[in-house]
Amino acid sequence: MILVILRHILRFFVLMLLQVLILNNIQLGSFINPFLYVLFLLGLPIQTPRLLLLALALLTGLSADMFQNTPGMHAAACLLMVYMRPRWLKIISPREGYETDAEPSIRKFGFTWFIAYASVLVLAHHLLLFYLEVFRFSEFFDTLLRILLSSVVTLLLIILAQYIGGKPKGVQFQQ
Amino acid sequence: MKLLFQLIWRHNFTLFFILLEAGCIYLLVRNNRFQQASFLNATNTVVTTAMEGVNYVREYVQLRENNMALANENARLRNELTSAVYDKDSTLITVNDTNTLQQYQYITARVINNAVHHRNNFITLNKGSLQGIKPEMGVIAPNGIVGIVNHVSEHYCTVMSLLHKETNVSAMISRNGFYGSLRWEGGDPHYVYLREIDKTVPVLKGDTVVTTAFSSIFPSGVMIGRVVEAKVEPGSPFFKIKVQLSMSFSNLSHVYIVNNLLKEEQQGLEQINKPKEDEP
Repeated sequence: MILVILRHILRFFVLMLLQVLILNNIQLGSFINPFLYVLFLLGLPIQTPRLLLLALALLTGLSADMFQNTPGMHAAACLLMVYMRPRWLKIISPREGYETDAEPSIRKFGFTWFIAYASVLVLAHHLLLFYLEVFRFSEFFDTLLRILLSSVVTLLLIILAQYIGGKPKGVQFQQ
Repeated sequence: MKLLFQLIWRHNFTLFFILLEAGCIYLLVRNNRFQQASFLNATNTVVTTAMEGVNYVREYVQLRENNMALANENARLRNELTSAVYDKDSTLITVNDTNTLQQYQYITARVINNAVHHRNNFITLNKGSLQGIKPEMGVIAPNGIVGIVNHVSEHYCTVMSLLHKETNVSAMISRNGFYGSLRWEGGDPHYVYLREIDKTVPVLKGDTVVTTAFSSIFPSGVMIGRVVEAKVEPGSPFFKIKVQLSMSFSNLSHVYIVNNLLKEEQQGLEQINKPKEDEP
């Protein structure tokens, strides 16, 4: 149990540092901003208490906000994402249900399931995030294009991270 | 009553979600205005330390370009120096207020964080309240305007870049002095739009667009860019002029913060003319 918590804390810091130190500084055209840090919220154990989910989303979102000088923007998007998470997990649950300590990952549930799980939540996060940033409807379709492209890149990075990231059991980075 | 509490408790997830979401949106809307004290911005210690680190690497990588830019600027300043001396010798009547009363002070600052790919971009500079920086000061670079200071901590300040949807700058066409308001409308960070110039005014491709002193943020006549095209939207009495910025935001490294020493005087005077709401 304590190992699981430690592993998630480590993931939080690694993903956050990757996001603010590298991804926020890379410019992939003026259209694409990937937000890999949402993988921390996607990877939390399936049985995480719902109120803890909200608290963690708020913490994650505000940390991302501080670096981009947009208090509340990432936080609002993260909150929406974890609010949808339990319902979406229920809808796409396998026939035999989830094990008690399972965590969403490609290794555990397979590629198709994970894509279905991550794409909807990432899209919801990006939709709210980008529209909050623009905050007007006159640039509706430009923004929609940015959202779709950014979501695809975020998803690709998440899949990549799933294959690179450490084993599902035990401490990361100690082989 | 017990039933009511049970009902509320059963939906605690939704309830907390709505409360927190409302809180976030309140924070976001509040931050979009100027001069709001907020601790959750990019001037706190943890954030600035990390950004200094990233910037250290970035500056090193761009060393060559930066040296070039600084050398060019030195050359330009030297030119101005000699021409100023020449000017004094040859002209009998020189009305130059800056000799007797300085209106603008320039404070150099280094960019430690910058973005151009968001819809609302912010820049962090390494000068703060200890160096006399206050919100709503203008920021300019050697060849263009950069933005307006919005948050200040002891050693750092953040700047609402010209590439931000709330940044409106008063600008004029330097050839004939007609003015309008300038705003970035997203997309390509090299182009902004100048509006509110009457469509009967002659505007040519290549005309220089510079700042006006109306807002008391920027000195008058600072270069912004050149006109690329001017068109009239159907039914509008005004031009929509596309302006190519003279400066690239993506490799910004050294900038000047402009302190207008007469700003309070100008604003105080203008305040008197504004109609008061409580008078009949």
